Amino acid sequence: MDFSLTEEQQLLRDSIARFVQNEYSFEARKAIVASPTGWSAKVWGQFAEMGLLGVAFAESHGGFGGSAVDVMVVMQELGRGIVVEPYLSTVVLGGGLVALAGTESQRQAVLPGIARGERRVALAFGEPHSRFDLNDVATQARRSGTEYVLSGRKAVVLHGAAADILIVAARTAGTQRDAGGITLFLVDRASRGVTVHDYRTIDGLRAADVALEGVRLGADAILGPLDGGLPLLEHAVDLGAAALCAEAVGVMESLNALTLDYLKTRQQFGQPIGRFQVLQHRAVDMMMHAEQVKSIACLAAARADSTDAAERRRAVSAAKSLVGRSGRFVAKEATQLHGGMGVTLDLPAAHYSKRLTMIDFWLGDSDWHLDRFAAA
Amino acid sequence: MDLAWTPEEQAFREEVRTFVRASLPTDISAKVLSHRRVVKDDYVRWQKILNDKGWLGGHWPKEFGGGGWSPVQVHIFDEECAAAGAPRLIPFGLNMVAPVIMQYGSPWQNSHYLPRILSSEDWWCQGYSEPGSGSDLASLKMRAVRQGDHYIASGQKTWTTLAQYADMIFCLVRTDSTVKKQEGISFLLIDMHAPGVTVRPLYLYDEEHEVNEVFFDDVKVPVENLVGEEGKGWTYAKFLLGHERTGITGVGASKRELVLLKETVAAQTKNGAPLTADPVFRQKMAQVEIDLLALELTLLRVLSNRSRPGPEASILKIKGTEVQQALSELMMEALGPGAAPFSRQAIDEGGAAAPFAPEYAAPLAARYFNWRKTSIYGGSNEIQRNIIAQMVLGL
Repeated sequence: MDFSLTEEQQLLRDSIARFVQNEYSFEARKAIVASPTGWSAKVWGQFAEMGLLGVAFAESHGGFGGSAVDVMVVMQELGRGIVVEPYLSTVVLGGGLVALAGTESQRQAVLPGIARGERRVALAFGEPHSRFDLNDVATQARRSGTEYVLSGRKAVVLHGAAADILIVAARTAGTQRDAGGITLFLVDRASRGVTVHDYRTIDGLRAADVALEGVRLGADAILGPLDGGLPLLEHAVDLGAAALCAEAVGVMESLNALTLDYLKTRQQFGQPIGRFQVLQHRAVDMMMHAEQVKSIACLAAARADSTDAAERRRAVSAAKSLVGRSGRFVAKEATQLHGGMGVTLDLPAAHYSKRLTMIDFWLGDSDWHLDRFAAA
Repeated sequence: MDLAWTPEEQAFREEVRTFVRASLPTDISAKVLSHRRVVKDDYVRWQKILNDKGWLGGHWPKEFGGGGWSPVQVHIFDEECAAAGAPRLIPFGLNMVAPVIMQYGSPWQNSHYLPRILSSEDWWCQGYSEPGSGSDLASLKMRAVRQGDHYIASGQKTWTTLAQYADMIFCLVRTDSTVKKQEGISFLLIDMHAPGVTVRPLYLYDEEHEVNEVFFDDVKVPVENLVGEEGKGWTYAKFLLGHERTGITGVGASKRELVLLKETVAAQTKNGAPLTADPVFRQKMAQVEIDLLALELTLLRVLSNRSRPGPEASILKIKGTEVQQALSELMMEALGPGAAPFSRQAIDEGGAAAPFAPEYAAPLAARYFNWRKTSIYGGSNEIQRNIIAQMVLGL
């Protein structure tokens, strides 16, 4: 049983922490969020130089041969800066799925490009009706000669507009909620029939609704087995959920530090409000949530690469469920303890609270994961 | 980071499991696993079995006759014993006064008391709380006045767990009332059989005689029973409480209770289906299971980073007792109206509390009520929050 980071992981952590500290200030982030694309190509290039974009890919694919634990280290630090760049969508979800499901030539076509910062990928799995259920796929891929023709609607695709490649889950067999019959397709975003509607999310990111209208693809666009895409998609989403748990650790620890700082400086009734026991105990509860979340995020990372799907699901769902519940609790408490300032955009705390709350709404919320954990 | 057990840890676990399975008397494990009351003879028999193996003081440093186990080994041992249905190791001697004696005691105290703890010759109890001094422990009033080579001790302690079994008590006493309240306290070891010591039972919620009031009426205590220096008792008391709190976490026992909870729930029906299939109940169980999983990892994280508990022990105490209480509550809830029948005899000796009731149901409501104590003892969970606020958060 060993919770320590390797020397390389500590260096990785320190270099991102320095970057966030020096180059990703609250003001810098605000400007990026307000920019037309909502993310910074310059920052993305710096991530490529720092080696963050290939951290978990094999060396033969331009990466560093790391694991979900390395991704955890990255995501924790990105969380401390509430970084909005499309790291989760491109590197963890998109890159992760290509690494899991791709043929060698597909991997070579996508992964080194991601690692160099030249390609971005988004995972288009959700649909307007599907909530968090990955099997609930109405988008159709009809066989037409040697081609497949995709039609359907994909909703709230994380960083869809930032991507050059969309990985689309579509139905090649079965009925809407069958586990079998789902096939994954690599779709060039510029393909005829693909329309990407980009928009802001409340937590400072970008997402897109993607319309697919008669998109024609060759059989070489199929990623993973025909009709058998779901288990691979599930694994990639578990990698993403574990990464979100790690991000939540960073967001939560930063938010707790900001709140503590506020309690120590804000004066009322002639003393810092942190002298009041009623507030002290609430701050302690926030800190205890952060400790529990930190522990269970380690478990999610340690098991996210596991090919034993039952073990992986159990750990990831335990973690994401607790992170969702605790994250929303801590965000609400932080807001309340900041008083009126907690609900203004002037203080970083509000932005951390928003992100921490909304982490529960990506890749399975607390209830969804609790249900999956209980069913296991 | 590698959250798998090392081969050495795995081998140690196997060794403990094999020994405990072979050596734990089945009449004792049957009591523990069915939540019936465990009595002095049960505790002492198990302690002696462990001591013969050299494991009762497995967590003690080698120079004091212990096994020198790492904190992770201690956790594995605790977990395996709990899973098999071993009774808890009463901590007052083994985990509370022993570390204080090792750290601050005289050579005579070390050579006299430590072996007697391991051999079960002395049963220790804890003399901290008083009727007027609960959370405000430092306000305690029990006095000890030096007269020649003795102290004369007078006053009252309360909530004294299993004092009716005890041979020795470690007491916080006031030896100086002219200085700041924390500075006038000393740490005294008192013979429970000495003239002037009286024990009176207090019955808890569930009618169990578990705690007592202990009265001291001019009790003569030899000065060699003072630990460390006069007036330094508060320092030793805080040192001891750190040890107490880590122990209260109770991850091993909670994991066992989770298994028992699942068995209990599977035996209930709702609408003709097992209660395990009820989505509402199932989710409540899952939530506690996840909290326990996170707590176990937090405990291991603390244990693998530090050898001695610091203020973070307070986190473990709070979360540990919350989980224990949640488990005992779900266990009672699982029974529905079957939780209501009560029989002291069934809890003490076995049997059902009502003609149509199963045996396993009899102790569960009593246990729920009994376990409300956990968030109050060992420094209430509110006091733990004060400690974290001051020592960790700097508020």
